[in-house]
Amino acid sequence: MEDWRTGQEILVMEGRIKVPYRWAAGETGTRYLQALRDEMRFLGTRCPQCGVVYHPPRRHCPDCGTECEWRELASRGVLVTYTVVRRHHSQLTPLDIPFAYGIIRLEGADTGFLHLLHEFAEGELRAGMEVEAVFATEREGSVRDVRYFRPLREAV
Amino acid sequence: MGKRVAVVGVGMTRQRSSRPDVNGQELIHEAVRAALADAGMKRDDIDAVVIGNMDHFEGINYVDTWSVDGSGALMKPIMKLTTGGTTGSTVAMAAYYHVASGLFDRVLAIGWEKNSESDTTGAIITAFDPFWDRPIFAGAVAGLALEATQYMHLTGATEEDAAYVAVRERRHALNNPFAHLHINLTVEDVMNSPYLSWPVKMGDMCPRTDGACALVFASEDLVEEFPNQPAWILAVADRHLWAYTSDPYVNQALENGWWFPALEWAAREVYDKVGVREPLKEIDVAELYLPYSFAGLRYMESLGFCPRGGGPELVRSGATDMGGECPVNPSGGVMSSNAIGATGLLRVAECALQIQGRAEDRQVPDVRLALATGFGGCFWSDVLLMGREKPERSRG
Repeated sequence: MEDWRTGQEILVMEGRIKVPYRWAAGETGTRYLQALRDEMRFLGTRCPQCGVVYHPPRRHCPDCGTECEWRELASRGVLVTYTVVRRHHSQLTPLDIPFAYGIIRLEGADTGFLHLLHEFAEGELRAGMEVEAVFATEREGSVRDVRYFRPLREAV
Repeated sequence: MGKRVAVVGVGMTRQRSSRPDVNGQELIHEAVRAALADAGMKRDDIDAVVIGNMDHFEGINYVDTWSVDGSGALMKPIMKLTTGGTTGSTVAMAAYYHVASGLFDRVLAIGWEKNSESDTTGAIITAFDPFWDRPIFAGAVAGLALEATQYMHLTGATEEDAAYVAVRERRHALNNPFAHLHINLTVEDVMNSPYLSWPVKMGDMCPRTDGACALVFASEDLVEEFPNQPAWILAVADRHLWAYTSDPYVNQALENGWWFPALEWAAREVYDKVGVREPLKEIDVAELYLPYSFAGLRYMESLGFCPRGGGPELVRSGATDMGGECPVNPSGGVMSSNAIGATGLLRVAECALQIQGRAEDRQVPDVRLALATGFGGCFWSDVLLMGREKPERSRG
């Protein structure tokens, strides 16, 4: 079957799959996102068996399977790790550059929360620093109702 | 008690950036044909097939039926597996379980991918949670950058430490004609390569690759039928962390002193089953799923090759180079070839070749014990320990 191939271009078909989806947040996710949207409050869930406080919330403890209970968390926490974005892309960069992707452990939670960081000076970010949430004015029930986290500003 | 199981046939395609000359079935067929020839078998001799890839990299969901033509599974039991980066190593473990169960004597394991056919990162994004991950970010590179930043924060390791790993992998790949990247890099080259996501640079990262790998697993009852020396599976284990991108970085296990719990627990289980106490001394060669350079520091610590924070010193000492105490990735590893569904299975294939003394220019002398790992989304970990001597009993 190889004799015909000399000098032939391999045919390549271009394609693009665009499939609409509707993802349900479920009862647990909906309550969390409502509290974020309507009250600008972070809710975690605590396993009564293990004592671990999960954020994002889990209906059942991933470790032991026990049903969790709601627990209110602070809107500030510790930056665990991050990477700074310095290149703008019209569809991929949600904030003006430079901004950062990071993992934040909110005060009162034991697990990490994936979010954005902004309003920081060059070289200011470091793992272990305190950060606080800045909420969006228009909120629609998404984790992006928090616009981003920034280094803690308020005097305590 | 299960049957003891050995790898008796190895087939792999050359790993390349793009294989427009073949479609998926034909790519699979190349590896299958090579594995069967290597084992001295015909397609009819195969009892069952385990195959794996990530459907979204080809954009063909249901590729499990689509791949039957290439695999030789027509009218035979076949199982399709998709577990992210661990797909290939999970395929190996499932083939092992098939034979160890006593229900099948000769099982063909296949891992393959044509990464050139999609936007790899675009496809990986579809693996992330639509509520908690995707609105912020998703994909492989930035996630690994978060791990690298955390590792540097916890240990004081530097970007240059990681560059030594990247250089080692690419230097080793020069000995492997099947590897995708054949580039002789220096630490300076890696340090001067552009940032993909700080602190991860182009030189630190794996490529995307087209390729396939196939292995024949056989029962202890009939290993003598095959021309190759058996490469025995001594023990396997896998551990998974939780579901979201943020989970592996902050969790109770880490707080309690575990470093990379999934890998540590899986490795510990395998070492305990086989009786390995000092992995660096006792294991002769390791083929590890290191998707980027920083993994070559942190994962060595999780595998017990050195103390926490000792990765940079271990790598700089040359202990993991060819000729060192335990060469890591003589094949060039994942940073030199990454056809994702094949990648984990290639680690097992390379360990088999090393045990059989058939690894040619990348052969490590006198391999008795070889370690293979798989790594996937949310830090899922597969660990397989393989050996030259037939184990006294099946250890699971």
